[in-house]
Amino acid sequence: MSKSEGLYNSGVLPPEMYEKHEPPKELWESKKNGLVFVECPQRIPCNPCHTGCPTGAIKEFADINDTPQIDYEKCTGCAMCVAKCPGLACFVADLTYGGDEEALLKLPYEMLPLPNEGEEVECLNREGKVVSKGKVLKVVEPWKDKTKVVHVVVPKSFVMEIRAIRVVRSR
Amino acid sequence: MSAAAEAAFFGAKVMIVDSDLRLGGQLIKQTHKFFGSAFERAGTRGFVISDMLLDELKGYGDRVETYTNCTALGYYKDDGVVSCMEGEENYFKVLPKKILVATGAQERLIPFPNNDLPGVYGAGAVQTLMNVYGVVPGKRILMVGAGNIGLIVSYQLLQAGVEVAAIVEAMPRIGGYWVHAAKVRRLGVPILLEHSIKEALGKDVVEGAIIQQISPGCGFIGEEIHVDCDVICMAVGLNPTCELLWQAGCEMKYIPQLCGHVAIRDRSMRTTNPNVWVAGDAAGIEEASSAMVEGRIAGLSMAHELGYVEDKEYREKSALYWERLNALRNGEASAKIREGIAQVLMESSGGMER
Repeated sequence: MSKSEGLYNSGVLPPEMYEKHEPPKELWESKKNGLVFVECPQRIPCNPCHTGCPTGAIKEFADINDTPQIDYEKCTGCAMCVAKCPGLACFVADLTYGGDEEALLKLPYEMLPLPNEGEEVECLNREGKVVSKGKVLKVVEPWKDKTKVVHVVVPKSFVMEIRAIRVVRSR
Repeated sequence: MSAAAEAAFFGAKVMIVDSDLRLGGQLIKQTHKFFGSAFERAGTRGFVISDMLLDELKGYGDRVETYTNCTALGYYKDDGVVSCMEGEENYFKVLPKKILVATGAQERLIPFPNNDLPGVYGAGAVQTLMNVYGVVPGKRILMVGAGNIGLIVSYQLLQAGVEVAAIVEAMPRIGGYWVHAAKVRRLGVPILLEHSIKEALGKDVVEGAIIQQISPGCGFIGEEIHVDCDVICMAVGLNPTCELLWQAGCEMKYIPQLCGHVAIRDRSMRTTNPNVWVAGDAAGIEEASSAMVEGRIAGLSMAHELGYVEDKEYREKSALYWERLNALRNGEASAKIREGIAQVLMESSGGMER
């Protein structure tokens, strides 16, 4: 098993698959509030990302097993899908947020404790390794169903790495 | 519950017998959001779906009678009587016109030294402890198996603040949905492919485990790895619970893709015993979403057989349910299910095209 196969076969998107999942660069860099990317590479019977999308950016599924197709022009970065997706596979990145150094990630979060606004948290990559610190801007609950979306400011260079946060508090 | 709701909708009187203390089966332990489409209530957490089904049943009033903490002990083929035991005192017999066996599944275990130590749990027990009774099973878990159950229970353990040391999976890839694996990976849980448990360690309780890589021929190879843990959670598959179906004389077939012996059935979920239907994991191990659609199909068909549904409506609704079921089974994770179903589906036993 190659390294990349080993990663993919255990649930980690290997680097050569990033590009396929990234929004078009030019639009992404200019779109205020950010654009979605959905890391859902396997055909499974599931479509709430589409049914929960208020703008039709996540297109209707011809077959419910299709992987999500996105019309980036329609995406407003609202992150309703981030909270809706049962697989927690939708993420939003706003590259316009923090100039050259920083960007805003909107990540799904179903753990305790909840981070406070302004709190510094650890930012984890797809394998759970801490790659940077991030600052929590806000925590919202779009569908009032216990799945939170954490808005966290991260170093811009880690946008395609960071996929989770961890609250660290000394006792 | 789906079958009962469907049959009661058309006017049939239904008696539900369940060995658990409340209805809902495995749904009451499912704190994650379900997949599927809006029809199957995708995006809704499992225990909420259970509550919705309960509400639906309540809406039918006296037409649905429920016995919990009550086990269907046996089926007597000669007269069609089912014997039941409610609690530890009340033994009684029922003579239903039609019977649905929706008994679910039983967990598999794999043999290894010390697998009888306290601290070795089935994933179902871990879920029951945590999600039904609010009790964490331990501090640090080794999960055996990366199918959907192993992945989801690992995620729920993390949510409960329990550490998951690792997930070991004998196959070269995860068996569950990729996104479920991604959820636990990004929280730092390693998934060791082509690895399995070799031995549980400890004198009176689990104090650790030895895991090791396995070769394609299933022999242990490479270095032994010591894992520090106080719980070993087994999520290595399920077998359909089919004793009542055997007793009812249903023609059974061993189908590896459906994880054990299952009843031959037609498209209405009717078995070769004309009074017995089957649905859910008892008909072959599959996702809960499919189980609920199968239940609808069985309930519809039973109500039709009893004369509560017009032929035309029956055909139309049945076709709609089959469309949904086929859609659910059309993904790459369901290839095995499709192969298995193809081997147990028989031509109509008369219920369909009458």
